[in-house]
Amino acid sequence: MSAAVIPVAQIKTITMSIYRYDPTVDKKPYMQDVVIEIPTDKDIMVLDALHLAKAQEPSLSYRRSCREGVCGSDGMNINGKNGLACVTPLSDVIKRNKITLRPMPGLPVVRDLIVDMKQFFDQLEKVKPYLITKSDSPDIERKQTPEDREELDGLYECILCGCCSTSCPSFWWNPDKFLGPAALLQSWRFIADTRDEATEERLDDLEDAFSLYRCHGIMNCVSVCPKGLNPTEAISNIRNKLLTREKSK
Amino acid sequence: MLVNEIINAKDLPVMEFDGIIVGGGGAGMRASLQLAESGLNTAVISKVFPTRSHTVSAQGGITCAIQSDDPDDDWRWHMFDTVKGSDYIGDQEAIEYMCSEGPKAVFELEHMGLPFSRTEEGRIYQRPFGGQSKDYGKGGQATRTCAAADRTGHSLLHTLYQANLKAGTNFLNEWFAVDLVLNTDKAVVGVIAFKIETGEIYYIKSKATVLATGGAGRIYSSTTNALINSGDGIGMALRAGMPVQDIEMWQFHPTGIHGAGTLVTEGCRGEGGYLLNKDGERFMERYAPNAKDLASRDVVARSMALEILEGRGCGPNADHIFLRLDHLGPEVVHKRLPGITELSKTFAGVDPAVTPIPVVPTCHYMMGGIPTNINGQVISVANGEDTIIDGLYAAGEVACVSVHGGNRLGGNSLLDLVVFGRAAGLYIEEAMKQGVDLKDASHDDIDKALERLNKLNASTEGDQVSVLKEKMQQNMQNNFGVFRRGDLMEKGIGELAKTREEVDAIFLQDKSATFNTARIEALEMQNLFEVAEATAITANERKESRGAHARDDFTERDDDNWLKHSIYFAETKEVSKRDVNYRPKTVQAFQPMVRSY
Repeated sequence: MSAAVIPVAQIKTITMSIYRYDPTVDKKPYMQDVVIEIPTDKDIMVLDALHLAKAQEPSLSYRRSCREGVCGSDGMNINGKNGLACVTPLSDVIKRNKITLRPMPGLPVVRDLIVDMKQFFDQLEKVKPYLITKSDSPDIERKQTPEDREELDGLYECILCGCCSTSCPSFWWNPDKFLGPAALLQSWRFIADTRDEATEERLDDLEDAFSLYRCHGIMNCVSVCPKGLNPTEAISNIRNKLLTREKSK
Repeated sequence: MLVNEIINAKDLPVMEFDGIIVGGGGAGMRASLQLAESGLNTAVISKVFPTRSHTVSAQGGITCAIQSDDPDDDWRWHMFDTVKGSDYIGDQEAIEYMCSEGPKAVFELEHMGLPFSRTEEGRIYQRPFGGQSKDYGKGGQATRTCAAADRTGHSLLHTLYQANLKAGTNFLNEWFAVDLVLNTDKAVVGVIAFKIETGEIYYIKSKATVLATGGAGRIYSSTTNALINSGDGIGMALRAGMPVQDIEMWQFHPTGIHGAGTLVTEGCRGEGGYLLNKDGERFMERYAPNAKDLASRDVVARSMALEILEGRGCGPNADHIFLRLDHLGPEVVHKRLPGITELSKTFAGVDPAVTPIPVVPTCHYMMGGIPTNINGQVISVANGEDTIIDGLYAAGEVACVSVHGGNRLGGNSLLDLVVFGRAAGLYIEEAMKQGVDLKDASHDDIDKALERLNKLNASTEGDQVSVLKEKMQQNMQNNFGVFRRGDLMEKGIGELAKTREEVDAIFLQDKSATFNTARIEALEMQNLFEVAEATAITANERKESRGAHARDDFTERDDDNWLKHSIYFAETKEVSKRDVNYRPKTVQAFQPMVRSY
């Protein structure tokens, strides 16, 4: 899409207020207003608008890859709410011809809209996000009924964008101890998988004051998830599993 | 040492691994898994966090004769379909290997935890895809594509990442590989790469370098490909003096969402969807009376383009085709195609359970690539003879092994990734056991691989990447699309020659070392340009129509002259021919026939 080839009548200008910070040149972060021209005859996504801004300001930095909401690169804070730029229509978020973009909150900023995701991925790795089996694998696939497979719907679709964990106050306060909604969703994804043979160890690992129990059911995670997933429900499923286990002991 | 300084080999820090894999998509992570599990010190160098790689966007499935839907299914039938689909320039030894090893590779993925959809018997769910048949084309449509709803690529990529975490693979995430390092014997002994976040730059040394950098669909302005698909491996190989094969063969997927380019899986038609023109006619019945909407992708894409060219396109500008799914009912649409439902709502504003999706043929896949044998070893050609490049391997879309020939069948790309990622890993594992002896690179050798970066850093004026990219993409879209013609291609090649000078003198305004996406985009632009130029020159040379390469001025397939691979070297910009492999090991070769669906 090129603004240059669209007749003038079909163009309007909007202002993008964008968080800028390059630690090698800037003493502190600042908000930069970039005025871009967008077509009026069709909607564009926030990511398309960012591309137009970058054509003017080549130093503007943000992550992006698939541009269709499946890779999880471009999580950012759009007018105060986390979301994926590539699947957020500009018309949904623009107010008085203006849109404000900041990096996802709670994580260190590397540059502009790019945050350091290390803490996020460290927490993910703690839940052993892979299938653990002890029995021998058959020559063909392991069997699983369609009903058992359905238990994974709403879990396996996570794209690790970080929108949920970085909108979670419990994660902001204890990003090193509370695993956060994304990692806990993954934990439940493997506990819920009938093929996994490590449920007990997985539950053992979560039984402390912080890892799981710091979730206070604020549900920001649910409201921002661009894939419509429900980490709060996954967390309560784990709690129930721990409770039932406690009772049967 | 930082990426924005004047970089020289003498001061460059070195990292060393047994095996390095450039690219964290399906092929790369399948190769790294094989190496890591065998105890080799393995690193994946990926310019994005691995699950952001383009494999994530694959939807419909992985085609393989696992005999779930049909207990009598046979990998030889799959092989027949793939050879026919390739329009007879796929290498039959490689296709035989892929189709026969496939079931093992797919079951391994399931054992790693890939959440496949299931049949009532608890086995992996399979759906019909285009170009599939039973009994060597005589038994009607087959149902051979293994699926995890319509998120098979996402499921596969995440599963491989998970398995690599478990196996202890070293991940150099958000590191960018710039160029290959060659020793005086012209063997590959590693790469120059930098950490994007900090700009720290290293010579990463290894006796086995695997290129798994994926495709380059971004040479066209309309593509299903991710923004990161910039042909980095192709650029690196061509600059290092290696050839590319069949690079003129680009697949246009029949169903990209009109305007947005995002992919709508062939699985939609596999589940019973079909295409309509503006008259509401199911026009594929005219073009492919037997397979109809499930003919090969090249056939369907051309038929759609013809409908539009002849004025039967849909919409106010008669510029697209409708894909109808509503007759399948919301149950099938939402359960089997949940991702498509989401994408259609977001990018076309329609719920496919109610309203047809506006689609157009869209650049999707690079059939050509770096020639390799079935062990993933990169092949060069000198005086008509194949030679092996020591130390270098390639797998997945960047490679041309060649299982897709002139046209890839749907569901065969994911199979290609896992089978040949695995095969490269197995071969390297064995080679390391035997011992690999390669000369160290000298400072001069390493300095050669640093030239591109140093030139960018020194740039003080010139064109911006965004301007050059648009120019190249428009040129490729207009002159090297679904239908091609000699005079237009000549014109396109002329324009590219001018753009070449500008690309060589690109201006990098932002010299920051910290997460500098402008530097990345400049390096990517140079890689894309290598692919575009190779495509253009080779397409003009292949004077016939075969597979995805359809010429208005040479409308017939010419087996006498062109039952051959094309081979292109960037140094000379010359195209030569290489024999297609017709020597499968366990079956009789399939001879060229008239290709109809």
